[in-house]
Amino acid sequence: MSAYIGRRILQGILVLFLVSFIAFIIFQYLGDPVMTLAGRYATQAQRAEVREALGLNEPFYVQYFNFLKNALQGNFGMSYVTRVPVMELILERLPASIELAFVAESFAVILGISFGVFVSANPKNIISKILMTGSLFGVSLPTFLVGILLIYLFSIVLGIMPSSGRGETITIFNFWRSGLLTIDGWRHIIMPAFTLGMFQMALLFRITRGSMLEVLGAEYVRTAWAKGLKGKRVLFKHALRNALIPVVTMIGLQFGQLIGFAIVTESIFQWPGAGNLLLNSLYESDFPVVATYVIIVALIVVMLNVIVDISYAFLNPKIRYK
Amino acid sequence: MFKKINEFRKTKVFKHFISQPLAVGALIVITLLFLGAVFAPLIAPQNPYEMEKLSLSESLLPPVWMEGGQYPYILGTDVQGRGVFSTILYGSRTSFIVGFSVVTISGLLGGGVGLFAGFFGGIFDSIVMRTADTVLSFSKTLIAMLLLGIFRNSSIALVILAIVISDWVQYARTIRGEVLSVKEEEYVLASQAIGGTNMRTIFKHVLPNSISPLLVVGAVDFGIAVMLEATLSFLGVGVPVTQPSLGMMISQGRNYLYAGKWWLIVFPGLTLMAIVFSLNLISDWLRDEIDPKVKNI
Repeated sequence: MSAYIGRRILQGILVLFLVSFIAFIIFQYLGDPVMTLAGRYATQAQRAEVREALGLNEPFYVQYFNFLKNALQGNFGMSYVTRVPVMELILERLPASIELAFVAESFAVILGISFGVFVSANPKNIISKILMTGSLFGVSLPTFLVGILLIYLFSIVLGIMPSSGRGETITIFNFWRSGLLTIDGWRHIIMPAFTLGMFQMALLFRITRGSMLEVLGAEYVRTAWAKGLKGKRVLFKHALRNALIPVVTMIGLQFGQLIGFAIVTESIFQWPGAGNLLLNSLYESDFPVVATYVIIVALIVVMLNVIVDISYAFLNPKIRYK
Repeated sequence: MFKKINEFRKTKVFKHFISQPLAVGALIVITLLFLGAVFAPLIAPQNPYEMEKLSLSESLLPPVWMEGGQYPYILGTDVQGRGVFSTILYGSRTSFIVGFSVVTISGLLGGGVGLFAGFFGGIFDSIVMRTADTVLSFSKTLIAMLLLGIFRNSSIALVILAIVISDWVQYARTIRGEVLSVKEEEYVLASQAIGGTNMRTIFKHVLPNSISPLLVVGAVDFGIAVMLEATLSFLGVGVPVTQPSLGMMISQGRNYLYAGKWWLIVFPGLTLMAIVFSLNLISDWLRDEIDPKVKNI
């Protein structure tokens, strides 16, 4: 099994190298690194100085190596637009994105799995049928449309929910601005979190249901029934535990999708997160921010994938004993 | 001709199909939308992209059944005096063009690559599958958005390309899995035993027996491509402003939502939803028809 894990980690590192190379090209060739450091309004002399200091006449691989070295130290240059170090800019926005993703994902996981179990246990129930049809809507509605319609309904027509921003935040540990500690913050996060989590919820619901139906037909579940165990015990202790394996894998693998949807959601609700920052940086051709964002997202996705692969190896005896 | 239709009506596929009201309804809806898009110039009361025919005095009119609504603007007009109904017809053309192109190109590319990877295995197979895993772990939306956002010259062709670049992998994975089991079948071994070349075996025996799951993937993917194009155009990195698009309509209409001009968003939104929803229903039905064992995901 250690060979398997080793191989996965190696693959992860390979992917990160590839992504860093792409980011390097965005940073060095699509953007202007001189402008990155000297700023948009620098004089000719300042630019020449920076060009010298950057070693732009060095061969290609030396430049790439330097880029990697800087990246490893968290140094990604400065934003063209705000002239603030990119890393600082992104780190400041990250807590908002993480909180939104966390609330959305929790909502998706809890409701998705509960609905899945309920429907697999009561397939003929009218609520199950409503849920099944609803889930089809969930995977058919584009994120941006859901967000806009929510704003229209709850913020404009009914006027009971705020339509944008994070609301009141409290800074904890000196760097983390949290909206989850105030009532106003929660009021602001509900609609974006629902928008972001809806697709995931519908997907997890359908997967849980499929997986549960398969497990409920298995011999060991029939044995459990035959032993005379109570319904709840069979459902949760015997069936759900085994049915959850593909669900857990899916949660990990879907995280990359969540990041994509988060950009759209943040843009609609003017959420001050990293996704919104990326979108504005794309509009303004602020390439250092784009390159850094790409690297950070790749790092998160690759790490999650490795963790999922490893936990999968622990859960699945077929891989464990290879 | 009639005899053939009558024969078809007796087949199992037809009987199953007709017993599924949802699938029938979805097929009717998608056909109507498709015809509307194809014949947009004939059906639409005005050409919303002929600037000189637009009149600002007719801007932001509500749908005809509301007070102030005016014929022929059945579903109202936007700020430039474009009829919402006409713009939707033209906009759904873009949706269908993107959907068809993405599914065709990704299907051919991914299907081809997956077919050979599965049949020959080895290093080519590993490279393809690792690439697929990597691409799948990133979001299609994010990849397309970055590509289009960085290169800035938008056109329908670029949007299609930006989607295909991460989209082909699911076709490759699906057909590869199928090929892996089909190539162990006796008829494949028999074909090789009597001296059939690899190409003959692949195209004559393996391909026809492993292609059907691609239909299901294609139907779902069509909807996803339509949704993705709308999302990209909504964010301003999709098709150019001069091109009609449902996503762009919604993006522009959003500014007037606070003023209560809901028709600018609700009708294009409903159209988009109808396209994707019917495609999902059809793919569900196809899945059951092709392989009832496949999990209902």
